[in-house]
Amino acid sequence: MITSVEHRFGPYGGQYVPETLMPALAELEAAWLDASRDPEFTTRLDELLRDYAGRATPLYLAERLSEVGGRPIYLKREDLLHTGAHKINNALGQALLAKRMGKRRVIAETGAGQHGVATATACALLDIECVVYMGTEDMRRQKPNVERMGLLGATVEPVEAGSRTLKEACSAAIRDWVTNVATTHYVLGTAAGPAPYPAIVRDLQRVIGEETRAQILEKEGRLPQRVIACVGGGSNAIGIFTPFTADVEVELIGVEAAGEGLETGRHGAPLTAGNRPGVLHGAYEPIMQDDDGQILEAHSISAGLDYPGVGPEHAWLRDTGRARYEAISDRDALAALQRVAKLEGIIPALESSHALAWALANGGSELDVVCLSGRGDKDLAQVLEMIARDGGA
Amino acid sequence: MTGTVTGVERIAAAFADSGKRAALMPYLMGGFPDLATSRAIGEAYADAGADLVELGIPFSDPLADGPVIHAAATSALAADATVDGVLDVGAALAERLPVVIMCYANIVYARGFETFVDALREHGVSGLIVPDLPLEEAPVLLELCDERGIALVPLVAPTTPDERLRRIGAGARGFLYTVSVTGTTGERGALVDVEAILRRAAAATVVPVALGFGIATPEQAAAAADAGAAGVIVGSRLVRAASEAADPVAEVHALVAAMAAALR
Repeated sequence: MITSVEHRFGPYGGQYVPETLMPALAELEAAWLDASRDPEFTTRLDELLRDYAGRATPLYLAERLSEVGGRPIYLKREDLLHTGAHKINNALGQALLAKRMGKRRVIAETGAGQHGVATATACALLDIECVVYMGTEDMRRQKPNVERMGLLGATVEPVEAGSRTLKEACSAAIRDWVTNVATTHYVLGTAAGPAPYPAIVRDLQRVIGEETRAQILEKEGRLPQRVIACVGGGSNAIGIFTPFTADVEVELIGVEAAGEGLETGRHGAPLTAGNRPGVLHGAYEPIMQDDDGQILEAHSISAGLDYPGVGPEHAWLRDTGRARYEAISDRDALAALQRVAKLEGIIPALESSHALAWALANGGSELDVVCLSGRGDKDLAQVLEMIARDGGA
Repeated sequence: MTGTVTGVERIAAAFADSGKRAALMPYLMGGFPDLATSRAIGEAYADAGADLVELGIPFSDPLADGPVIHAAATSALAADATVDGVLDVGAALAERLPVVIMCYANIVYARGFETFVDALREHGVSGLIVPDLPLEEAPVLLELCDERGIALVPLVAPTTPDERLRRIGAGARGFLYTVSVTGTTGERGALVDVEAILRRAAAATVVPVALGFGIATPEQAAAAADAGAAGVIVGSRLVRAASEAADPVAEVHALVAAMAAALR
């Protein structure tokens, strides 16, 4: 399944963490290489993904969406997974790995709450103590997920610092790890952070793309012209892109959060906006920062895309031209959510709605696949509030 | 006064000539609560018997720091502390004692390695600590610092394996910053097992070994010296004083004087 763990993607990536954590990263990398070559581990993970999480997920031809779009548009239904998003693919894999490493305690950061719920779920299943760091602003936006984590037996640690969102939750989780590294595994939820995380998370999420590739070949007898996915840190996107990267005729399109508009600076789109690279949460990658190097607060309607950095491999895919990155505003994402709900009877997550909005706005393709990375139930309160305030789409 | 004396030489002299059992290196959050007061606090450190000062540039996302220093950084940034402003504080303090800048990697990347290190030299800074730039990521910056006589000071932790500790120790300049605990910065009740930690660190390097994280009282400073530390770094306790005391300058002076006395 895995042959090596990359530390760099072009100039991006690396390991910019306090010395205390360096041995833990080495231990994690060795454990991952060992586990991913061990049929006992991979078989167990495959079983859990199939019987517990609900893989394979369908690749669904969205007929009414296709009619509106003027070409076939398939949706990769990660929203149908247990816990409602692709995050469970990574959480199950890393929780199994934590168990194998003899770690009794797991920590995680969460923005939208999907990764927190997925990690809490995997930890309940595998009987591991679980602590999830979450910004208080995100706790407000994603209250049902906070309650779900509690029911699952996890402790949600509120993070009050800074913008009280994903960036601060990540920092708080890393500080916990620095302190409790001997007993604790940090289940990082996206394809960012210090090596080996970007590679581990990608390899746990690439099942999305592997299934998609086989399914589209079976249904259409050819590869899609475009594969479209939303990008915050970028785990669902790297998961669906990776099995297609060698198929040079397939366009890979990552959709970031333009927030209130790239020109306002209130966005979460470092790749599209061309932000300078720097170091955030252990990796060198494009980040939103000021001239002194202070990290700026991101903004997005979607808590899962509300992050000033991005996974290092995406930055390299952009630089090499293999993938293209675009950005969709809060307003357009909200409109897409409502449109898809009425057209397809599917309420997508606000994160995934960015990818759908881009697909709705951009024809010029004969066959598209959009990664529907999660379902929108968690967003209902926020969405209804915004529709009431702004009149919606 | 830096003239032909390099930063590396100034640091070595500060350890050798401290007149104490261990050199005393208080930490100062630059720009906290504001630039002028932080300079006055640094002057008070020098007046009270500090041998070197570790000057922190505030950063928005300080991963190695506990709540006290994190909050001070946030507050300094809210009061518009800039990298240039803090380096000016450093230049003023460098007239009195060797200044070692502590800042996170992105501050160095944002300006560019060479420009940043040049700015350190222009401001009379003697050393640089980058807590999130481990051995593997440090070679380019180390070379630039070496060319300018600035000491790039590495950190080692209790979790650092022996073989890795030897490699870090071999590349250490100025001193070896030995973290006393597995954790972030902050005050702690007692120092645990530091004698073994210090012995292991000293065996891995030719530069002095300084102990930091969790040292908050004169008794702990003395205990660190007793356990073999050539230098003692005190951070959160002093930052807390700067944050809480009615007269921060007088308060830190008294604290540093007591620690200096305990080390004599």
